[in-house]
Amino acid sequence: MAIATETVGPGRAPLTPATIRNDRRKGDRVFRGFARGTGYATLVLLFLIGLFLFIEGWPAIHVAGWHFFTTSGFQTIGKTKHFGVEASLYGTVVVALVALAVGTPVAIATALFLTEYAPRRLRPFMIAVVDLAAAIPSVIYGLWAIYELQPNVVGISGWMSRHLSWIPIFKVATPQVNASLFIAGLVVGIMIVPIIASVTREVFSLTPPGEKEGALALGATRSAMIRRVVLPFGRGGMISAVMLGMGRALGETIAVVIILSESFFISPHILQSGGTTVAQLIAVHFGQGGRLGTQALLFAGLVLFAVTLAINLAASAIVSRSRSGAGVDL
Amino acid sequence: MTTLAPTSSSTAAPPLPPTPRRIGAPLRPRDFGWADAGILAASLLSSFLLVWVVFYQVTLLSGIFGFLLCWYAAFLALYWVVTTQVVDRQAATDRTATVVVVTGAFLVLGIVAFIVGWVTWKGVGHLHTNLFVKDMSHFVPADRNVLHQIGVLHAIVGTVEQVGIAAAIGVPVAVTTAVFLNEVGGRGTRIVRTVVTAMSGLPSIVAGVFVYSILVETSVSRYSGLLASLALFILILPSVTRTTEEVLRIVPGGLREASLALGASEFRTVWSVVLPTARSGMITASLLGIAIAVGETAPLIFTSFGNNNMNVNPFHGAQAALPLVLYDFVRQPQGALIDLAYATAFILLALVLILFVLARVLGRQRSTSGALRARLRSLFRPSARSGGSENPSPVGGRAGRPPLEILTVSPNPKEPLLP
Repeated sequence: MAIATETVGPGRAPLTPATIRNDRRKGDRVFRGFARGTGYATLVLLFLIGLFLFIEGWPAIHVAGWHFFTTSGFQTIGKTKHFGVEASLYGTVVVALVALAVGTPVAIATALFLTEYAPRRLRPFMIAVVDLAAAIPSVIYGLWAIYELQPNVVGISGWMSRHLSWIPIFKVATPQVNASLFIAGLVVGIMIVPIIASVTREVFSLTPPGEKEGALALGATRSAMIRRVVLPFGRGGMISAVMLGMGRALGETIAVVIILSESFFISPHILQSGGTTVAQLIAVHFGQGGRLGTQALLFAGLVLFAVTLAINLAASAIVSRSRSGAGVDL
Repeated sequence: MTTLAPTSSSTAAPPLPPTPRRIGAPLRPRDFGWADAGILAASLLSSFLLVWVVFYQVTLLSGIFGFLLCWYAAFLALYWVVTTQVVDRQAATDRTATVVVVTGAFLVLGIVAFIVGWVTWKGVGHLHTNLFVKDMSHFVPADRNVLHQIGVLHAIVGTVEQVGIAAAIGVPVAVTTAVFLNEVGGRGTRIVRTVVTAMSGLPSIVAGVFVYSILVETSVSRYSGLLASLALFILILPSVTRTTEEVLRIVPGGLREASLALGASEFRTVWSVVLPTARSGMITASLLGIAIAVGETAPLIFTSFGNNNMNVNPFHGAQAALPLVLYDFVRQPQGALIDLAYATAFILLALVLILFVLARVLGRQRSTSGALRARLRSLFRPSARSGGSENPSPVGGRAGRPPLEILTVSPNPKEPLLP
């Protein structure tokens, strides 16, 4: 500031900011307006999704009231109407939690491997393979899971139900351990690994190199450097990546429908056969149950929409506010 | 545990006399010699034998997966303990962590290779030419004799049309939205970006249910391929927008400023400078979005519904699609249908893989016109250039790293800078 006042001096006219005339060409105004309108259209689209599902689903709530959330079943035809999403919501959450428990450690290990361990020459190829995992259709995951994964995993399920039954959730009431919430969660867990891995990889790769090199220069081993520098730096990103993966897990439909055999009983025994999720309820019962049934399914869709939207918005808020999130888009 | 803790005291204290090194302690934490490899191999072998004895001989358990899990846990524990004894705790923790990270990553790679290989192995054997030239109009679920007489041509046509329309609407809208976010800016950028991010996590079934609710609300049209395109458009839009925006962001500002300084309008700058620079990245983004849309099943249940007969008109009537046909095959109880399911799965996966590889290949070069074959040849021979950058786009680094490459490339060396 001192320099500025000296150069202006007493004799000269005071410096005034030059006015830049901002008369944009007409074409540019149209262009800007068009681009802005398209951008806002996505807002309208999101709003419309909620609005239409609400309008079309509301009559079902009119019939069922709040019992929609405390009832399990799908009986919409006949005198006694008995439908709701309680067991479906429970199953959705269980599948998502199992998926996160399975998928998160593997995904973070993969992301660390890709950023810190992988040989430089192999890195692009391995990243492409992990991205490919996200592009494999979920119906193919389902096909693979029911013919290859499940026959090999029921052994573990049976083993856990026999030897870990002192942990309440691993107890089983029936001897059947296939088609369970656990196996559905396992498949979904495999499916969300690439999503979590790609977001965490991006966050890890933004770790300031100076801090990493500082840790190594002080004699830290690579694992100590990761534990003290990379992981704390990427914490916000990891949290939001996990939430993003959870959003995907909550909405996964086809693989769950193929694996899980539907039952409306809420049971804490995740290893035993049977269960349901909201997405499965919608996909399986679509077209059944008459007009009221359709309305109930549309409202169930609204519930799923609201839950995943809330989780995704929270995830993007967390990542944009954390230190690691600067410059990362989910 | 770590060596980071004592740094503050060491600055003030006088230099300590060098403590004698433990025999066998590594000079550097990452040193890994023959003896260390021996420890690794011995830990693997002894944990295998230990678990084998306990698993099969003492507790009489069974199941190959359970055995592998127990072996892995026992190996990690044994490896850590032995390395602690022979070398030191730091090295033990470091090496065990390395083992965990490497096995985690290779588990993912292995699963992807397993799925792709399994579908290929099962599917190729059941391919026959009828699959590509016939539809399922003669399909009788109980009759095994007709299985070789039916095909999925109607589903291939449906998928191509539905995804094609979705991409034809979705890609321009996504690019325009990305241009708004990155080039136009102004009010509402933040909220649009947040909403697009949130929409990228939208469950595909919700998109289908939403389109179905419009159908119910307007009650003018019935199931059609166009409705499926609409649902797929909702799913393509956010992912292509986000990736395109990321590509636009790394277009150097100098190019924009140069164009504007020459008197070009903003539209001209975006159209003739920014978008061509980002072209290969945008092609990658679009193809990846399309590849994912090809495999979406859940929204189609509510929109195109499926059809055993050929329907080439996407604007009218129910239409089949590859994932939908596959989904129906998987749910049928007949065992014979599984052969058809494998063949269909292979066709679907091949389609996705082709799109995916195309996206990678086209994304690596500046112009899409030439050098495609050269790229295909060098796909599995990573060049030194692509090794350094994690970003598939040609323009170079992101936040923090200046995009040097384009700055050094863009002045055409053949033309003199001054006349």
